[in-house]
Amino acid sequence: MEMVLAISIGVLFGSGIWLILRPRTFQLITGLLLMSYAVNLFIFAMGRLWIDRPPITPGPAIDPAQFADPLPQALVLTAIVIGFATTALYLVIMIGARGLTGSDHVDGREPKE
Amino acid sequence: MTALPVLQHLIILPVLLPLLAGALMIIIDERRHGLKLAISLSSSLAQGATAIVLLMLVDGGHWENGIGVYLASNWQAPFGIALMVDRLAAMMLVLTAAIALAAQVFSARSWGRIGVHFHSLFQFLLMGLNGAFLTNDLFNLFVFFEVMLAASYGLVLHAYNLRRIQAGMQYIAINLVASFLFLIGVALIYAATGTLNLSDLTGRVAGLGAQDAYLLCIGASVLALAFLIKGAMWPLGFWLPRTYAMASPPVGAMFVLMTKVGVYAMLRVWFAVFGDGAGALAGFGFQALAVAGMATIVFGAIGMLASQEGTRMAGYGAIVSSGTLMAVIGQFQGEVLAAGLYYLLGSTLAMSAFMLLVELTDRLRPPGISVLAVTMEAFAIEDNPEDPVGVGIPGTIAFLALSFVGCALVISGMPPLAGFVAKFSLLHAMLDAAAATGDGVPVMTWLFIVLLIAAGLAAIISLMRFGVRTFWATAIDVPPKLRFSEAIPIGMLLILCVALTAGAGGMLDYLGCTADGLLHGGQYAERVLAEPPVARTPGKDGAQ
Repeated sequence: MEMVLAISIGVLFGSGIWLILRPRTFQLITGLLLMSYAVNLFIFAMGRLWIDRPPITPGPAIDPAQFADPLPQALVLTAIVIGFATTALYLVIMIGARGLTGSDHVDGREPKE
Repeated sequence: MTALPVLQHLIILPVLLPLLAGALMIIIDERRHGLKLAISLSSSLAQGATAIVLLMLVDGGHWENGIGVYLASNWQAPFGIALMVDRLAAMMLVLTAAIALAAQVFSARSWGRIGVHFHSLFQFLLMGLNGAFLTNDLFNLFVFFEVMLAASYGLVLHAYNLRRIQAGMQYIAINLVASFLFLIGVALIYAATGTLNLSDLTGRVAGLGAQDAYLLCIGASVLALAFLIKGAMWPLGFWLPRTYAMASPPVGAMFVLMTKVGVYAMLRVWFAVFGDGAGALAGFGFQALAVAGMATIVFGAIGMLASQEGTRMAGYGAIVSSGTLMAVIGQFQGEVLAAGLYYLLGSTLAMSAFMLLVELTDRLRPPGISVLAVTMEAFAIEDNPEDPVGVGIPGTIAFLALSFVGCALVISGMPPLAGFVAKFSLLHAMLDAAAATGDGVPVMTWLFIVLLIAAGLAAIISLMRFGVRTFWATAIDVPPKLRFSEAIPIGMLLILCVALTAGAGGMLDYLGCTADGLLHGGQYAERVLAEPPVARTPGKDGAQ
């Protein structure tokens, strides 16, 4: 399971890096989205991987080894919300730039041939 | 239920005030500029007052070791989020409030009226800044960074036009990537140590196993990348001059402060994690930071020499100043750090004033002249302005020129203003520290000293060229109109610079205590972790 997760995070992040280096804004935002997925999975994995263990404890007298670490899950939730909001903001600016410049190049103008 | 002492609630006020003021202003109609400006200004004034009270409490020994702790939602320290104010945080709060007030008064005439929600965004930016200075939790730091950045995205596009959108897109894309790096760094640190509370982290680093120590170092380095992108370290700072040059002047003045937030976060985290208490890991990365800082100084100084527009010059100036600060942190030495913090105060104030000033001086210059300025010098083209005969100096020009001289003196580090005191005490502290070890001054220190002086020279040359072109070589037929609301903020920032110079002795003592506190990270752990939550049963006095 560790291997599958590690490879998928790597592939997501790698594709993200490739895409943010591309010249079109659509590629850029797709890259940013992929990177944010990779980062969210990464934070999740940093609480270690557990199967069949709930993160919420029923009462005070418990064995902590039987429960998953709840903190990274809370962090991921926050990170998802913030990432979502900033990406949405970027989308708006992207559309604004497209409307003003008439080009979807990140420099705002088509490169000279 | 026992209540928390009222004074302790002041710690969270710099976060709450701008949040409430900003939210309130969203629902006010956009046409009522006066009302919005009044709310915004009173919020900033109240923040300034709170910051000054906090500074006095911290320095006056109200709290043990000069560290005030506020437990958010009454959760005990490593589990909840703790806000913490010490000398450094209080000082940064005061600096933020001063620059914010100046920028807001400056925006009263025109910038606050163009576009929508300027004042709300401005208050949210302040909330992010204040929160980032106060928080003692890494993930909370991330949240406040995002609040600050989200507001700055809106502000950089304020009064948007084509050029602002182009610069803004790159700025936002780079900062989004930096935020991802921030998250990766935070996650790795949590994986290695099991805590995100900075003070708790201090105590845990020394006891880590070899594998976890590696993880921690990798995590902290990734985190540092995120901070240093904001602090514009070479080679991560290419986005900065363009963004600063495009932003509207009041926003540009705030952005000068925002580069310092990156440096501040670096200072906080590095001294907490890799300070003296870190055992085998103590001092990790300081050398690299010193080298990177020096490279940044070189990059900034060359950029300053090559700049043609004033705003771009200010951007490179900000890079030089954050490079200097990084190199100072990299020295890992108390006296040097104190002098460096003094440099931070002076250079930030002067740079912000310069940002505002450039807009006014641009009105003196016919369009297009800045493009020619460097070219003319490079090819030694003579331009013969007509001889001015018997023209007195109009008041506005005199004011602009004098303010410019003030800014230039501080930025380049010439006597008699704060810049000189800062550079002199930096050199003095470094040579002193080298003499104390007894085996001569290391090559790195010499290099830093040479670079400091060379960067000052570069600043003098470029600022002098700018000044000559603006005030002497331009035939000014009609002096531009200058409103009080534009002159006052610049004057205020410069008066603060002068006050900083006059009170240099007391200020350096204060900063000495600050640096001393930072070097003893254990104090923070003691104070923050021992802070008791308010007891819920009556009669038990849980509050201190």
